[in-house]
Amino acid sequence: MNAIETRGLTRRFGAVEAVRSLNLIVPEGELFALLGVNGAGKTTAIRMLCGLLPPTSGDALLLGRSITRESAAARALLNVSPQETAVAGGLSVRENLRFIAGVYGMDRRAASDAAEAMLERMGLTEVAGRRAKTLSGGWQRRLSIAMGLISRPKLLFLDEPTLGLDVLARRELWRVIEGLRSEMTIVLTTHYLEEAEALADRVGIMAKGTLKALGTPAQLVSQSGCASFEDAFVALAAGEEARP
Amino acid sequence: MRMLAFARRNLMELIRDPLTLFFGAAFPLVLLGLLSAIQRSVPVPLFEINALTPAIAVFGQSFLTLFAALLIAKDRASALTQRLMASPMTGADFMLGYALPLLPLALLQALLCLLAGAPLGFSLAHLPGTLAVLMVSALFYIALGLLFGSLLNEKQVGGVCGALLTNLSAWLSGIWFDVRLVGGAFAAVANALPFLHAVEAARAAAVGRTGVWGHLLPVAACAIVLLAVAAWAFLRRMRGGKR
Repeated sequence: MNAIETRGLTRRFGAVEAVRSLNLIVPEGELFALLGVNGAGKTTAIRMLCGLLPPTSGDALLLGRSITRESAAARALLNVSPQETAVAGGLSVRENLRFIAGVYGMDRRAASDAAEAMLERMGLTEVAGRRAKTLSGGWQRRLSIAMGLISRPKLLFLDEPTLGLDVLARRELWRVIEGLRSEMTIVLTTHYLEEAEALADRVGIMAKGTLKALGTPAQLVSQSGCASFEDAFVALAAGEEARP
Repeated sequence: MRMLAFARRNLMELIRDPLTLFFGAAFPLVLLGLLSAIQRSVPVPLFEINALTPAIAVFGQSFLTLFAALLIAKDRASALTQRLMASPMTGADFMLGYALPLLPLALLQALLCLLAGAPLGFSLAHLPGTLAVLMVSALFYIALGLLFGSLLNEKQVGGVCGALLTNLSAWLSGIWFDVRLVGGAFAAVANALPFLHAVEAARAAAVGRTGVWGHLLPVAACAIVLLAVAAWAFLRRMRGGKR
């Protein structure tokens, strides 16, 4: 089954078409990266898929569930780690994890067990009792991703997961994301091209609200005739943006 | 389960905020003490302790509006709400999850205020009934907070709920002066709004007087309507992509 299947997914804001008739298939188990310059439409596309923004027209199926007709069922299958760190600042790290486990329907005992397992898995045990707002950006980002994982989603959206992190913290999170790829379908948006190249099975490049290119990093390099993935991205995305 | 997990989180955020403790509990008690002292020096029927204590208890509830509105407005501006909106939580989960943790706080606040009035001469003979009436008016103030928090940003909430609403609810509620003495349009407006009825219901309940229901029903009706409108406004702004 496909994890994501969009059918003419479109979102307009007044006269501006932020996403124009997006047709995209992401098979189950894939780590898919969505790239594009600012304003390309990738965040709008992700927000529609997560149920945060209704499409103006079109639809998408998440593991067979329509985001327009079966929104709640579709949302039960996914979790998200938004671009900005999404934690409850007044709660401790452990309480944040229990809170999200409860939001996804686990009872108190199951939520507590899941939180302890996630603390261990994400290396958060040493800060488990600290209030989230007192943590550094790197720890907060790690917690935010742990909160995205605790519901054991079938589909995980990671929006700029390593934005603002130093190179060591970024590599550490790459390792975490690599470890997840066998367990769920992951959709990653990032501005770091080397991140997409290192992690993604396939990459989609958006520009001006449409999907301009789709393939493995090697295929995109080959398709563009460029020497590197970065050059290929510029040719496929920035080149389009520069045209009138 | 989803709603309870959310309500638990909100309760923890609220009770860990010193603002809640000061304005929720201490400030109404300070007012009660000050006005009782004034009453001893210059007796005014309105500040007689059996009228004053339930009125101050209602006034304290205007801070519940501020707490609820601030919590929601802060959440709406944060990515945490995006995470929650992408979860299976429903509109009812959100609204009940915000409202429920404020109810035990409201009960504690009302109980503290009434008990603090006892040494000053307030009769506790009708305590359970008064608390029940105060919980209805608390629901109204909480619903008002849910609506403001859904519509306004954090800065606007500070101005509207922190300054404007607390003053309006004070002037139009008959706590500090008898609105009938002002008369005219002012009294008509005060009668048309629920603030005065909330205070009158609590005063009547506190002394076991009849007429509680006549004042309480409009307050309860406003609370129900406000809750429904707040849920609609919250979901419309969040799922519509507006923050």
